[in-house]
Formats: sequence, C-alpha cells, structure tokens
Amino acid sequence: MIATTVWYSILRDEAGRDEEPWEIHGETAGHLYIRASARHSFSLPLERLRVAVNDAFTDMDHPLRDGDKVVFIAPVGGG
Amino acid sequence: MMRAFRLSTDPLEPSSLSREVADRSSGGFVSFEGWVRDHHEGDAVDHLEYEAYPALCESAGAAIVEQAVERFGLRRAVAVHRTGPLSIGEIAVWVGVSSDHRKEAFDACEWIIDRIKHDLPIWKKEFLVDGGSRWVRCHACSTKAAA
Repeated sequence: MIATTVWYSILRDEAGRDEEPWEIHGETAGHLYIRASARHSFSLPLERLRVAVNDAFTDMDHPLRDGDKVVFIAPVGGG
Repeated sequence: MMRAFRLSTDPLEPSSLSREVADRSSGGFVSFEGWVRDHHEGDAVDHLEYEAYPALCESAGAAIVEQAVERFGLRRAVAVHRTGPLSIGEIAVWVGVSSDHRKEAFDACEWIIDRIKHDLPIWKKEFLVDGGSRWVRCHACSTKAAA
C-alpha cells in the first residue's frame, strides 16, 4: 500500500521535495509523520501540526489507506 | 456567479470586488484589506510570498464564508487571498460583506478574517531587506514560545 505526502511551506523546504510516496502498513497519519521526520529531520514536532487526508482536515489518529494523499499542515500565517 | 472564497495570483481590485457584494437589500457594507507591510518583529521586510494548499483552502474557505452568512444573517460575502510573490503595499487578502444593518457587517468581516488567518492552510514567507528569509510562525516553531 502506498500513501503520498505532499509537502508545503517549511516542510517542503526541509524535505527538499514537493511529494513523496511511502509504503504503509496500516499506520496512522501521526505515525507517518514520525517516520518522515526521522528521514528529513523536520524542525516541527507533531504537536504543532494539523493534517489533511485526501483534501479534508482530519486528526493524527486517521488510519491511512492505499492511495491516500496526506498533507501535514505547519502553523499557518495567512492574511 | 464567482465563488465566495477564492485564491488569486493576480492583484486584487477592491472596486470590482465590492461590486460582488452589492445588494439592493443591504444597508451596510464593510470590507477589510490586509496589506503587505515593510516590517515585522523589528526587521525590515523586502517582500513576501504566500503559499496555499489550494484544494483544502477553497473548500475550507467556502465553508468559512457560508458560516458567516448564516451566523450573521448577511446578504452577501466574498473573500479572496493572494498567493505567490507580493510587494510592500499590495493587498494580500480582501474580505467584503453586506447586510441589512452595519453591526452584523462589522462583526462578520472581523470574524471572517480571523477564521481565514487561523484556519486556512496559507503560509507567509518573509524576505528581509538584510537578505534573510523565514516562514512566519515557523521560524521558532520548535519552541513552545512560538505558540
């Protein structure tokens, strides 16, 4: 099963790419961030983020499925 | 009919945007413009870049405007946010609402801009006059003080 992270803002800068596929084994969104953080040394801890799966806000306990698009949302600053 | 919330890479034109909320039953119109200023936290800012997560911004932004119309009994409401590079003095975000009376228009306009700033996945990167750059609200994100 493959889920794809799409990185924005500081997470894209730190990951050095726009998108990234991940082999998943039934883990949650939060678990995926921990894996990604180990790979990319993200400066943001999980507690500072929100997450969207397939373009809808959800929570870090959301179990991932094949084909999911996952976006971790760093603290926002629009306006 | 234009969507009530949208992103724009083009400069915002308040005179044409305000016509979108014109309504014969409205007695009050309130708008808010967020401008790019030349300083932040004591540093001189050269320009900004806004980045959005478009699909979620558009659905969540539309929900914010719809909720405001319902909650405050507005006649019409529109909000537009810029993305991409912006110069000092440009309008980064425009919110306009019309309603029968002024109080709900003032309250709704403030409510919408607060929700946009707090909830929508839009990020602001500052490019400083001294050459540095940083994501606003993220440059000290790993410390609790930044909350």
